[in-house]
Amino acid sequence: MGRYSAWNLFREGLRGGRGWQPAWRSPAPKPAYDVVIIGGGGHGLATAYYLTKNHGIRNVAVVEKGWLGGGNTGRNTTAIRSNYFYPESAALYDKSVRLYEGLSRDLNYNVMFSQRGMIVTAHSEPEMEMAARQTNAMRLNGVDAELLDAQQVRRLEPALNFGPRMRYPIHGGVLQKRAGTGRHDAVAWGFARAADAAGVDILQNCEVTDVIVEAGRCTGIATNRGEIRAGVVGAAVAGHSSVLAKLAGYTLPITSYALQAFVSEPLKPVLNSVVLCPPFGTYVSQSDKGGLVIGGGLDRVPSYGQRGNMPVQEAVLGALSEMMPALNKVKLLRHWAGIVDVTPDSSPIIGPSGVDGLYLNCGWGTGGFKAIPVGGYLLAHLLATGGHHALSRPFDLDRFVTGRLIDEAASSGIPH
Amino acid sequence: MTARRLPGRGLIDRSRPLRFRFDGRDFSGYAGDTLASALIAANVRVLGRSFKYHRPRGLWGAWTDDPNAIMNVTLHGAELPNCPAATTYAVNGMKARAVNAWPTAARDVKGVLDWFHRWLGAGFYYKTFMWPDWHLFEPSIRAMAGLGHVSRDVLEHYTADRTHDDCDLLVVGGGAAGLAAARAGAEAGRAVCLVDDQRVCGGGVYQQARIDGATPADWVAAQIDAILAAGGRVLTETTAYGVYDHGLVALVQNRGFGTAPRLIRMRAAQVVLATGALDRPITFAQNDRPGVMSLNAACELLVRYGVLAGQRLALVANHSLAAPARTLLAEAGAEIEIYDPLAGPLSALGGRVTTGLRQNGRDRVFDAVLVSGGQTPLVHLWRHAGGKLDWCETRQAFLPGRAPEGMVAVGAANGTFDLDPAIEAACAAGAGRPVPRPKTHFELHPLAPEPGGRQWIDLQHDVTLSDIALAARENYASVEHLKRYTTLGMASDQGKTSNMGGLAAMAALQGKPIPEIGTTTFRPPFVPVPLELYHGHRRGQLWQPVRRLPLEAEHRTAGAALGEYGGWLRPGWYGAGDAAARIAAEVRAARDGAGLFDASPLGKIEVMGPDAQAFLNFVYYNTMRTLEPGRIRYGFMLTEGGVVYDDGVLARLDAQHFVVSCSSSHVDGVRLHLEAWRQDGNDPDRIFVHDATQHWATITVTGPQARAIVQSLALDLDLAPQAFPHMTLRQTRWAGTDLRIARVSFSGDLSYEISVRASQATALWQALAAAGATPIGLEALSIMRAEKGYIIVGKDTDGETMPQDLGFDAPRRKKTTAFLGDRSLHTETAAMEGRKQLVGLSVARGKPPLAVGAHVLADGGPAARSAGYVTSSYDSPTLGRPVALGLVAEGRSRIGATVRVWHLGGVVDAQICAACVFDPDGGRLHA
Amino acid sequence: MQIFPCPFCGPRDEREFHFAGELGKIRPETTGQVPAQDWAAYLHTQRNEKGAVHEVWIHTPCAEMFVLERDSVSMDVTGARALRGEAAP
Repeated sequence: MGRYSAWNLFREGLRGGRGWQPAWRSPAPKPAYDVVIIGGGGHGLATAYYLTKNHGIRNVAVVEKGWLGGGNTGRNTTAIRSNYFYPESAALYDKSVRLYEGLSRDLNYNVMFSQRGMIVTAHSEPEMEMAARQTNAMRLNGVDAELLDAQQVRRLEPALNFGPRMRYPIHGGVLQKRAGTGRHDAVAWGFARAADAAGVDILQNCEVTDVIVEAGRCTGIATNRGEIRAGVVGAAVAGHSSVLAKLAGYTLPITSYALQAFVSEPLKPVLNSVVLCPPFGTYVSQSDKGGLVIGGGLDRVPSYGQRGNMPVQEAVLGALSEMMPALNKVKLLRHWAGIVDVTPDSSPIIGPSGVDGLYLNCGWGTGGFKAIPVGGYLLAHLLATGGHHALSRPFDLDRFVTGRLIDEAASSGIPH
Repeated sequence: MTARRLPGRGLIDRSRPLRFRFDGRDFSGYAGDTLASALIAANVRVLGRSFKYHRPRGLWGAWTDDPNAIMNVTLHGAELPNCPAATTYAVNGMKARAVNAWPTAARDVKGVLDWFHRWLGAGFYYKTFMWPDWHLFEPSIRAMAGLGHVSRDVLEHYTADRTHDDCDLLVVGGGAAGLAAARAGAEAGRAVCLVDDQRVCGGGVYQQARIDGATPADWVAAQIDAILAAGGRVLTETTAYGVYDHGLVALVQNRGFGTAPRLIRMRAAQVVLATGALDRPITFAQNDRPGVMSLNAACELLVRYGVLAGQRLALVANHSLAAPARTLLAEAGAEIEIYDPLAGPLSALGGRVTTGLRQNGRDRVFDAVLVSGGQTPLVHLWRHAGGKLDWCETRQAFLPGRAPEGMVAVGAANGTFDLDPAIEAACAAGAGRPVPRPKTHFELHPLAPEPGGRQWIDLQHDVTLSDIALAARENYASVEHLKRYTTLGMASDQGKTSNMGGLAAMAALQGKPIPEIGTTTFRPPFVPVPLELYHGHRRGQLWQPVRRLPLEAEHRTAGAALGEYGGWLRPGWYGAGDAAARIAAEVRAARDGAGLFDASPLGKIEVMGPDAQAFLNFVYYNTMRTLEPGRIRYGFMLTEGGVVYDDGVLARLDAQHFVVSCSSSHVDGVRLHLEAWRQDGNDPDRIFVHDATQHWATITVTGPQARAIVQSLALDLDLAPQAFPHMTLRQTRWAGTDLRIARVSFSGDLSYEISVRASQATALWQALAAAGATPIGLEALSIMRAEKGYIIVGKDTDGETMPQDLGFDAPRRKKTTAFLGDRSLHTETAAMEGRKQLVGLSVARGKPPLAVGAHVLADGGPAARSAGYVTSSYDSPTLGRPVALGLVAEGRSRIGATVRVWHLGGVVDAQICAACVFDPDGGRLHA
Repeated sequence: MQIFPCPFCGPRDEREFHFAGELGKIRPETTGQVPAQDWAAYLHTQRNEKGAVHEVWIHTPCAEMFVLERDSVSMDVTGARALRGEAAP
């Protein structure tokens, strides 16, 4: 692979880019690999990369039924943050932020992690008290956090609604400066290119039709491109985790929902950070290209249809016009949806599946993108060692039996 | 001679001239002009700049397919960003400015970027800016990116309208096929709605000389008359932009510049798509120069706006529809030369704008180069609805294949480019008959792009043929990778002009047929729509209206500081001035005499029926089946996960009649919770649940003088403690209306909670106030309940709190019947040590109260760790020192221990104590 | 927006409905011993089928629960019936 650098970009510019090599190969499947990873999204590709980097395992295949990065990796609102309450969550997501901080140079691919900060606003005195609880928790967890008053929020994001008709007047908020956004496709492509360079076979258009379980152990998969045997199998298939579970014969506490996202026409810079206003359930940032990237809550109806429906569009976009009324004249360019895998506590599942030799990375729900590096890091650890990394242990499936859920909503007193 | 307005032609109203500015210069036009048509009429060639290289851009398309002429437009002081000039109707007084160009589109200083284009190809940014850090480069890249600037001024009256509508037959597109379908449908007795996105229906029909023997304008008018006469509707300037689940079609109706549009959520039994087709560009060298225009745009400019795009025109096309277009333009006086794009590589000549065309070494001078590389049917809505596409080799286009339910495509959208068969099919569709796809006379010679020079695929985003080649070389070969890597089709036209060219280029590079490359997903909206469209009149206080108390007028009279608490507008305290002092005075008044508190939002859900007792015994954590009539019991409702969902009292009126009193913010949730369990696993005919919260106002009299105050009502009721003790309920009448009086207390003092028909609340409030009770607000009550150690669920509990954490362990250990959440109270986690438990936290007299949200630090360990947090904290006027509640790990076994409390980096000491620090023996409560 | 048929009120906007869970969850008899695994399965495990699903929904205005049969990919609604009698043990 040609190394990416300013110098090589300059040199290739002079000769029409003829020297650029494929970012990844399109290999034919081999009959067997040491590790097969199902799902060529960010988590699957990151798993392959960290298997090669951290564990020296290179005889690895990533199978993807469509095109790599085509699931939720390429459909999200690109927020990266670790503003979590519980120590287990904070440790997990902050590891991810730290991996993201070095990712561009690690992968030699600019994933454009932009630490522009994220503000979660508070809209009443009780919400300010919760914001203090959150800020203190984050700082005790080793995550940067600042408690802002209304004027500080206004200075950071003057587009927010400080007008007299604001339904939920802004009292302040919590700022995580190290949070921000990344270029979602680049994360998938960067991991894919680096994994491919280390010898990983990325098999696109390769759909899993069955999971081979022999004597209680998963030994491979059947695909539309033939049977592939594996020493161990990792599954990182997000919204389709239950479908795969059915094939392999285990069960999951997951419901799949459509999560919508929206992007506006490109504008000159008008927003600085990622802003979430909880009472409106809507958040927004501005991409480097200039579009407002807008997200909100799940659709109301469990779904495998990768498209959104109007009630949530009206709720989310209407809310944005309330949050930032000057931006209501901006035009929506495109909206879409991904299928997210929601667990009872909205925390991920990382660990054994219940079928020997098959390990899970799923249940990220609405927040998988920010966790791509750590998700891959931890699944790679499981696949290579057969045991948990300390960071993934709390996220094992067994927490649903022990009752030790990790529910961030719980910290804010929202009964569920 | 160059582009000019022709006399007498077009649909514009020449009796209504108008003036506007573009990039600082004055122009004129006529009513009916778009900004683009008026500027072309004035021979303005450069209308914008491209996104990346800032190359000059002219008009490509005359309607929604133009990706080039994007302007910020101001009218009457209101500026709207990113208005496409081709679809923005000119209004007298408009000021338009090309976006992303300074000082003007014609003389944009950033045009120098094009000199560096060889280093700025597809995805260059993925390969650099990594050292030393992306953050160093990002700000300048952001400043360069983006189209229009958006003003931070709020447009005061920019409010969308949102409506629902329905019809039997929705016809999308008012061209010849759409009009014919709508007419046939209406005349067949169907409720028809025809939508067309232009101001004047007709689509491309004005390019015809005659139709059915009439002029196009007469024919269109006759069709519309017939549709209206048969009861149909015609909505112009209305665009169907998305199809959603269960056949919902979203329409956006323009209501004039500067006015937010109307959203129409249309339900149609059947949809006829007559959306037409777009001209496809041809890739050749320098094909992005202003003056290279779609053939259809030139024809539409002529027939709709009376504008001839140039005197000397080159016509580059590869299909049979070019001939009538040539005739049309020639008859208007243009000199036309036909080019066969297959005869040799083409190259547009010129500098900033096109001055001619080169083919096979031969240069010719032209004012404009008109291009059509085939027709691309507009199948967006078809795909939104889940319809399939089939590749047509003859037309070199994706055509509607397997239909989505309730949708049919006709006319050019269905690949029927010839007028008569299109109308025939449309009539069949309108009348509900099957629609065969007629044989076509259309002939097209497939084109494959050949390298040579800079050839543009995506005009706005500056995606060139070499970018596609780079993507192919780097194996971004999937159509989605191609799109995302090169940004092809991601411009504000969402690929209407560029997608097919990109697919054709990728197919040629890979030696594959186009259908094997596939298409990207067609996503709504078909045209960009303002965010306001989703907003409308539900704004400000109407976004989520607050609930109002029946006694609001009384509170206002008493000078209440009204605030929102749990969705209700409630008195926080009474009187102006220092709020803390007012609140403290209210606490003292209630503790020393009697307070009067409006508790109306408190939930009052009636549960009745023969199975009510067993049902409530199951729903509550506490044993409720032993509750006797006339008595009240405090209890928790848990989730099935064992977490405290709500707390409150249950009153039993008689054997089959209970009242569930839940937290005011949980009423809807508790009602649904009760309904769900009533119907799941119970006989719903033996239990009845009814939310009567808003039927009753509730007024609480609390304090040592409460009995005397209530006595003054002269009720037929013995108020003596033995006759009417704590946790009992009495029903009586007062002033001709029913009262329910509960002796329950949230303050810790003797209290009577009096519920009265909401319409009689004012009289009762006034009577109690006149008897000497002092109105107190929610803030004072919050302090009093904290002094007593009473919790507010959601504030003093979190989503992990189980009843044993609050000191209510007995039912968990002893209750013998099943109850909600029972098994979850015995999981490993429920039984573990270290659970956070409710305790009091005290600090020394004279110290400030602890901060709510401060964390209690765990003992030991190298780093500070959280062992819980402060949930409520007040300066207690009763005790003269701060009081606080908190959830602290193992707190109940650590009473008396000193802990460090951490807030934003600062640490103070506090002592763990019992939650109740006021009247722990309950003497005042039971008084 | 989707239109769901309430068996009591007729076809209504999806915003009037609340998803209550998959059909067929039977609450364990908790007065006896319930193994932790069984309780976890009852509380948390979902079939989460891709395709035909049978679910319990509640129509909030009338507060009636009912069984909705639909397709979780196409979103087509194929049937609705009252819950009454269905889930009673």
